[in-house]
Amino acid sequence: MSQFLYLIPGWILLAGVYGIVTSRNLVHAVVCLSVAQSATYVLLLTIGYQRKATAPVFSDIKPTRNVVDPLVQAMTLTDIVVGATVTALLLALTVQVAKRRGTVDPDDLRSLEP
Amino acid sequence: MSRRARLLVLAFGGCGLALLFALAAFRLPDFGGTSHPYGQRTLPNAIAHHTPNVISSINFDQRAFDTLGEELILMASALAAVLILRTVRAEQEDAAGKHAYGPAQVFDALRITGYALLPVTIMTGVYIVAHGYLSPGGGFQGGVVLGSAIHLVYLSGDYPALARIRPIPMFEAGEALAAGAFVALALAFAGQVTAMNAVVGLEVGSAVVLTLAKFFEQALLVRKDT
Amino acid sequence: MILQIAVGLPFAVATLLAATGRRLPRIAIDAIATATVATLSVLLGLVLAGGDRTVWLGGWGEGVGISLVADAVATGLALTVTAVALCALVVSWRYFNEVQAIFHTLVLLFTGAMCAFVLTGDLFDAFVFFELMSVVAYALTGYQSEEPDTVHGALNFGVVNSLGAYLTLTGIALVYARTGQLGFVSIGRHLHGHDALVTVSFALICTGFLVKAAAVPFHFWLADAHAVAPTPVCMLFSGVMVELGVYAVARTYLTSFADAIPAEPVRVSLIAFGSAAALLGGVMCVLQRHIKRLLAYSTISHVGLLLVGVGLLHEDALAGAAWYLIGHAGVKAGLFVGAGALLNRFETVDEHDLHGRGRSMYVAGLIFLLGGLGLAGLPPSGTWAGKALIEEAGGHSILALGVTASALTAGAVLRVWLRVFRGAGPPHPGTTQHHDAETEFKLSRLPWTMLAPGVLLVLAGLLLGLLPGVVIGRAVEPFTHLPGPAPAPWTATSIASGVVAVLLAFGVAALGIRGRIPRVDLLHRLHSGHIGDYVAWLVAGVTVFGLLLLA
Repeated sequence: MSQFLYLIPGWILLAGVYGIVTSRNLVHAVVCLSVAQSATYVLLLTIGYQRKATAPVFSDIKPTRNVVDPLVQAMTLTDIVVGATVTALLLALTVQVAKRRGTVDPDDLRSLEP
Repeated sequence: MSRRARLLVLAFGGCGLALLFALAAFRLPDFGGTSHPYGQRTLPNAIAHHTPNVISSINFDQRAFDTLGEELILMASALAAVLILRTVRAEQEDAAGKHAYGPAQVFDALRITGYALLPVTIMTGVYIVAHGYLSPGGGFQGGVVLGSAIHLVYLSGDYPALARIRPIPMFEAGEALAAGAFVALALAFAGQVTAMNAVVGLEVGSAVVLTLAKFFEQALLVRKDT
Repeated sequence: MILQIAVGLPFAVATLLAATGRRLPRIAIDAIATATVATLSVLLGLVLAGGDRTVWLGGWGEGVGISLVADAVATGLALTVTAVALCALVVSWRYFNEVQAIFHTLVLLFTGAMCAFVLTGDLFDAFVFFELMSVVAYALTGYQSEEPDTVHGALNFGVVNSLGAYLTLTGIALVYARTGQLGFVSIGRHLHGHDALVTVSFALICTGFLVKAAAVPFHFWLADAHAVAPTPVCMLFSGVMVELGVYAVARTYLTSFADAIPAEPVRVSLIAFGSAAALLGGVMCVLQRHIKRLLAYSTISHVGLLLVGVGLLHEDALAGAAWYLIGHAGVKAGLFVGAGALLNRFETVDEHDLHGRGRSMYVAGLIFLLGGLGLAGLPPSGTWAGKALIEEAGGHSILALGVTASALTAGAVLRVWLRVFRGAGPPHPGTTQHHDAETEFKLSRLPWTMLAPGVLLVLAGLLLGLLPGVVIGRAVEPFTHLPGPAPAPWTATSIASGVVAVLLAFGVAALGIRGRIPRVDLLHRLHSGHIGDYVAWLVAGVTVFGLLLLA
């Protein structure tokens, strides 16, 4: 039964992908990309979870206490920074597309094939 | 491709990806189980190195090289914002009067709240950076708080004041030097968690300010056009 | 320690350049960046000479730390990266349009990221540097952000590659859940037998790498990005970055998954993706009149062949792939120098527009002629030697594929040479598509720094087949754990196939200059520049890959 929880990140990933493919606005598409990425955060944290365990910070708990996997949290932190910077960069490009092409609808952007 | 064809390709790919993911998910170890070998191995190392926050110990000590890459991604994207959102000459002429924007008309309550929150927010940011080795937090989280803090000035309606307190060249240099210091720390002195948190906080804060500054410039240009 | 210095050097200098870029004179920026990459290549040369080694960073051993693994393939590849980067910096010397010192900073970060990516022994660390490489690549693609096509191409590149990278991370998370390991070697040690989880995680990890390697149907971003990226950047993209995707697939399978996933389905799927790329890339290449897009599609085609070489999972074919990679890097990076020369001289890269206008550009013409011969695989080029080994290991069908792909792509390049530099064929009206030159001011003639690296690179590509096979054979040995006899490309069949490919290429070129370049509507509509299409194809590709592996 508990395995079903692992399906949640898959659902988020697909929702993000669906959003990018059907998007009519590049800003929306970039945000959908972040949605797809947040699936990786959820997946990592789900994998690292341990029942009846607490946060891996030993400043006020005994070293013998059970804690959840700290490594996936470190990976998630890295992943969040990567995601935020990629989103900023893609939004910067979107601003320029809007200025140069006068539209942010992917359907209205002409093909790059000459 | 037509919208219809695109959706057909997506339907095929989406169903397939869902199937693949589900097949894998049911072979994963039980949710909430106790077997986390890598995580377990990092715990004694963190305690031995006096970094009770194990995540900080992993990020800045045991796997500091990952964080080095992450820092550089941040620097690259701040540089990219400067590069991609640079104003070309024609726009500069159009926008010559942009600094003529005075403080906006806002309620006094908003203005006073904004200014009152500013020192508190900065303090909070510094605290989160400084205590990153001990409690949840660290350079990344605190840096974002610090970088956002000075934008309270903008939220209080005073863009010119914001522009005065964040000289772009200084933040560019600060951000790059912080990243450089992190490269040196990560490769030669990994484990200096407090120092690393501090330079990361500096770098993240500067990168946030720099990136937002470039977006502000664009937003004000666009607003002037309309 | 030398390995840590080599990895850290480009990053450290990049941060210093970024900090001081506003104040430094241009000549100093050029000199610092070039000297750094030159030093880096010397350091990597020393590492290569010193033999294979593994270093655990920060003194943490296996189990918690991150290792750098400098085997001959990884170090050789890093050395190729620095060689191309050095040439790219010389091409951008002094005249190339610079904003503060951002271009040089980004090129240094890019070079460092590629080196760290090939040298790291840790899967998650590889993901981090893969992302660094990608972020820098998006920024470099969007460099001339005042042109609409540029930002559009960079955005497509960014979205597709990022999604691929996130799928890679999903795969890494799955394999971490199973093994509790992140090192390539330690994952391999902890994977026993395969099930759906292992297979799906392998498919997902490879997706991001295959997107980078532009295997069909993940390839759409490549032409959009290459057509708009500045010349020195295109050299790095086509010469080395795209190929790193294939390297990563090979490393992931051979080091981590080889004992768990049986070879047959991997072989079938990689050969399928690679052949599709080799053929579609070849056909699209012939149909292009925009010279940079033409070269971009030829990269798709050749990297497809490279993927076939890896996919054969045979030690000689792997040696062939390594050989092919360095040969192709020289030839393709050199050809982009030639294309950049046309762009900066005439502010257009439309083949019909340029008809006969390159008659006085002897050096650029020479680059296109030699580059075309190199792509065709004229003995003793590196591409020829590598392809010979791949074809020998793969049998008749791979031989036919190799000859077709080389003849198509080389034919297109030779057609450009005939039409632009020899004025062959009747003139046709060109497009009015105008590209701004990449230089700070318009040059009446090109300085030698913008041409000489191209000649050097193409010549290197054309002569790399003379390397003794035993060097390459020994290099891939620890990578594959399959000791074999030294690969020998010099056989009658291989020389014959090389010559046939060259003749066929001239045939394709001769046919091509007789009329206008045709437009095939179906293929044209497929490469639509629409981000939704690209992402839909990406997930469809993952599905096909996964199902092929599970079947």
